[in-house]
Amino acid sequence: MKDSISIIIKKYGNDKSQLVSILQDIQIEYNYLPRSALDKLSKKMGIPQSHIYSMATFFRAFSLKERGKHIVNVCLGTACHVRGGELILDSLERQLDIKRGNTTKDGNFTLETVNCMGCCATGPVVKIDEEYFGHMTNDKVEPMIKKYGE
Amino acid sequence: MKSPQDLEKLQQTLSKKLDAGKPRISICNGTACRPYGSNPVAEAFKAEIEKRDLGNQLEFKVTGCHGFCERGPVAIVEPGNLFYQKIKVEDVPEIVEKTLKGETVSRLLFKAAETGKEVAGQNEVPFYRNQTRIVLGNNVRIDPTSIEDYIAIGGYSALSKALHTMQPDQIIDVIKQSGLRGRGGGGFPTGLKWETCRKAHGDIKYVIVNADEGDPGAYANEGLLSGNPHSVLEGLIIGAFAIGAHQGYVYVRNEYPLALKNINIAMQQAEKLGLLGKDILGSGFDFSVRINRGGGAFVCGESTALMASLEGKTGEPRAKYIHTVEKGLWDRPSDLNNVETWANIPLIISKGPEWFNSIGSKGNTGTKIFSLTGKVNNTGLVEVPMGIKLRDIIFDIGGGIRGNKKFKAVQTGGPSGGCLPEKLLDLAVDFDELTKAGSMMGSGGMIVMDEDNCMVDVARYFLTFLEEESCGKCVPCREGVKRMKQILTDITEGKGRESDLDLLKELSAHLKDSALCALGSSAPNPVLTTIKYFLDEYEAHIKQKKCPAGVCKSLIKFSIIDEKCPGCGMCVKICPAHAITDMGKKKPVILDQSKCIKCRTCYDVCRMGAVKIE
Amino acid sequence: MMFAGWELLRLSESVTLTINGQKYSAEKGKTILQVAVDNGIKIPTLCQHEEIEPYGACRLCIVEITKGTRNRIVTSCLYPVEEGLIVQTDSPAVVRNRKMLLDLLLTRCSENEVIRDLAGQYGVKTPSFREEYWEKHDCIVCGLCVRACEQVVGVSAISLVDRGIHKEPKPPYLEKAKNCIGCGSCYYVCPTHAIHMEDKNGVRRIDRWKVEFKLKKCSKCGIEWAPVAQLEYIRKKWNLPADFFDICPNCK
Ligand SMILES: Cc1cc2nc3c(=O)[nH]c(=O)nc-3n(C[C@H](O)[C@H](O)[C@H](O)COP(=O)(O)O)c2cc1C
Ligand code: SF4
Ligand code: FES
Ligand code: FES
Ligand code: FES
Repeated sequence: MKDSISIIIKKYGNDKSQLVSILQDIQIEYNYLPRSALDKLSKKMGIPQSHIYSMATFFRAFSLKERGKHIVNVCLGTACHVRGGELILDSLERQLDIKRGNTTKDGNFTLETVNCMGCCATGPVVKIDEEYFGHMTNDKVEPMIKKYGE
Repeated sequence: MKSPQDLEKLQQTLSKKLDAGKPRISICNGTACRPYGSNPVAEAFKAEIEKRDLGNQLEFKVTGCHGFCERGPVAIVEPGNLFYQKIKVEDVPEIVEKTLKGETVSRLLFKAAETGKEVAGQNEVPFYRNQTRIVLGNNVRIDPTSIEDYIAIGGYSALSKALHTMQPDQIIDVIKQSGLRGRGGGGFPTGLKWETCRKAHGDIKYVIVNADEGDPGAYANEGLLSGNPHSVLEGLIIGAFAIGAHQGYVYVRNEYPLALKNINIAMQQAEKLGLLGKDILGSGFDFSVRINRGGGAFVCGESTALMASLEGKTGEPRAKYIHTVEKGLWDRPSDLNNVETWANIPLIISKGPEWFNSIGSKGNTGTKIFSLTGKVNNTGLVEVPMGIKLRDIIFDIGGGIRGNKKFKAVQTGGPSGGCLPEKLLDLAVDFDELTKAGSMMGSGGMIVMDEDNCMVDVARYFLTFLEEESCGKCVPCREGVKRMKQILTDITEGKGRESDLDLLKELSAHLKDSALCALGSSAPNPVLTTIKYFLDEYEAHIKQKKCPAGVCKSLIKFSIIDEKCPGCGMCVKICPAHAITDMGKKKPVILDQSKCIKCRTCYDVCRMGAVKIE
Repeated sequence: MMFAGWELLRLSESVTLTINGQKYSAEKGKTILQVAVDNGIKIPTLCQHEEIEPYGACRLCIVEITKGTRNRIVTSCLYPVEEGLIVQTDSPAVVRNRKMLLDLLLTRCSENEVIRDLAGQYGVKTPSFREEYWEKHDCIVCGLCVRACEQVVGVSAISLVDRGIHKEPKPPYLEKAKNCIGCGSCYYVCPTHAIHMEDKNGVRRIDRWKVEFKLKKCSKCGIEWAPVAQLEYIRKKWNLPADFFDICPNCK
């Protein structure tokens, strides 16, 4: 961990204005924003802890909680909403037995929502990790989840 | 490259290669084609061409969005400008084979709805026929990760022209004469903005691309930035030169990985060729660009919030009593424009303001890209001359409503816009007319709704969105939007009161007057337009406690129409609540109301239309 | 702060504006609110403090301005005065909007004395919204505590956390604010008394930031006069001798 934070800071030339990008990179590295990494960042860059915490809670892209192996992202953008995106979310909440924003007990899935992922024509859309699933219906939810089951 | 001549030479070499008359396949691998599996299809093409060693006989391109995402994965094939749709991996060898022979794979062609006949050429497909694709059109011609492709079709020649034959003031004049208005939503005249920024005091100035596209349900900027990133970059460099800025920023929405990747590649390629950096094309002009990712906040599309975020702060807007063109990023004069605005610049410089004026209508020149989505048949990215009628977009280009349902409303402008009813279908789509009708242009969302959509639910949806996305700084927005959402939720749950409509209107007027930024002051638009145009739906929810569209869960009931149900048992198997019981073959199933969670699954799977929503 | 030459020039200029029908001359660069206060005109405020940069969050200081033929509502704590500006501090539109602001604030802070008094002055006795919506916050998220801690104290122990309806000043990670020096600036600037601070038995507590501080006893009079942490912070910052704060200011 020591190095990766320093490397990331260096990549952005120790530039405080690049804090969003720096946090993004930390999140890519650890899948979330670990407390220890943020404290290190605060010390190294001389940014108050309170400011980093503000940023991490203001922007929805960041998670302060550890996330699961697979990220299930349900689109709730308007185009997906008018085609029943919320019903898909309900269905996923039932299947995974968690509410959005949470991780399954076995740590396999984290269920998140997003407002549009830029492929509205194929709504409702769900994305698991890097794979997109278009024209979702309730009955497609189970097979989709099974694919990432193990 | 060190001079305009270098660029010209390169362009000539590259374009010769392009015009070699070779058969060409351009397959779309844009974001919206990916859910349909365009990635494996593109890979299959590559493998096939490699396997058969066809590199010299066939030109193959993986491109960004072609527009007709509904039919993805799509491809354009030359000769013949053939439009293939819904391509599968299995189709690949045949396409390659027939393309080489100059033949057509007819089963992959588009079939006209009225005649059932196949339509070969892209330009004859109704979806494309009525569009004017001056900005998006090049997407099908270039691999967005190749600067050579962009230069081959004349890219960066506008920059060269601007740097070497025009003075900054002249460029600004041309943009002013073109009448170009900002495509980010407000429609502010771009030339005027540039001029103010150029004249603002200070040596250090900034130019910024707003690619935050926060409107949930719009991806027009995504399609442009991921499909033709160099056109945006070229526009930006020209703007920087005209304004006198040496540093630029591109602020890209975090949820757009492909756009981010492609603009990053584009920037590096431009740097390598000397189109960014020091002494661009030997003109003495220096300019560099930094690309920033957003962090998942709609409000960061607002100019001051975007700049705060670029400074490493939370995205809180501030009052604009002193404009950002005077005091923006780091308190320095800063010009912010939308992706699409920037992409129009090279075209105007190359073809002149008169050409631009000949497209669109007076006061609203040029085209506008919309992401046409929702309940229309042909969803995708469409580019139309401004002033076109809503009806033409939805019915001619969009091919009308899906499943023979009835049109109910069209939403433009996203959370800051409004819902327009059928009687306004002949409205001209331009900045001023949409605003007059209570909506707005926005950055290009156009979501079509049919009789199955509940307008109160849509208003509640937008207020839920805005409540989540409000930065929370000012009282009217933080507290007002919260209360509006609560009231709307109550209405959708059958707890509405007759006085609620007045309260909603009062709150709306207050937000318009007092919110700090436009997120708050335009937040009432979805509510006001639905009350104005769909009052009967509000009244049904409030007075009769009914949801006429059958959407609001608390107000609806699912039941089986016995006469229509053959007892196939589809719904029994799929019902997650086990609320439906199989009564044996040919006997209608029984739905237990007390167990029903109203998930709508049975309604969707029943092929007999035997599930009723009341 | 540094000013470019032309900015200095601007600052020394003066302008004439009209407030509530009366002409005033004012220094360019000042805000409407500053000019109003200078001239004894009352405009209600909640998120504003002379020592801290204006923020524009509470919107209570709104006024109506006329420029040409257009009327507009602006926040006076931010709007810089201009030549010929016409300002009304209590026009019907201003009063209507102020009432709604107080209505919204009262719904949020239905039991807070300061908000209830202020709302009462504008005739808002109970919120217009149904009772199920009423909340019992004391904090109105004006951000004064956070800004004081950052701009005046220079410590940034706390910040505005989360966004939208969840936004509130909080200590980092919702734990004890580790950089807090217990100076109490946040407590003093809070307009709604949402921050409780108590000095008792040699200890200062600020519950909202989950902090406790030992208080320094004056070696002469024995009074517990300031948190040790705060005095240490000041001593280090100004490089003062170790025993500098052994005696309280009164005994010095
Ligand atoms: C809440 C909010 C969100 C916005 N989102 C965007 C956006 O996603 N893209 C955009 O170009 N402009 C957006 N805008 C408008 C920008 O503030 C700004 O007017 C625009 O980028 C200027 O570019 P233009 O002159 O080219 O239109 C938004 C404004 C508000 C108030
Ligand atoms: S209107 Fe909303 S988004 Fe804009 S400053 Fe106020 S709280 Fe923030
Ligand atoms: S609304 Fe779901 S992808 Fe755009
Ligand atoms: S993404 Fe392929 S056509 Fe739009
Ligand atoms: S005092 Fe001006 S907005 Fe709060």
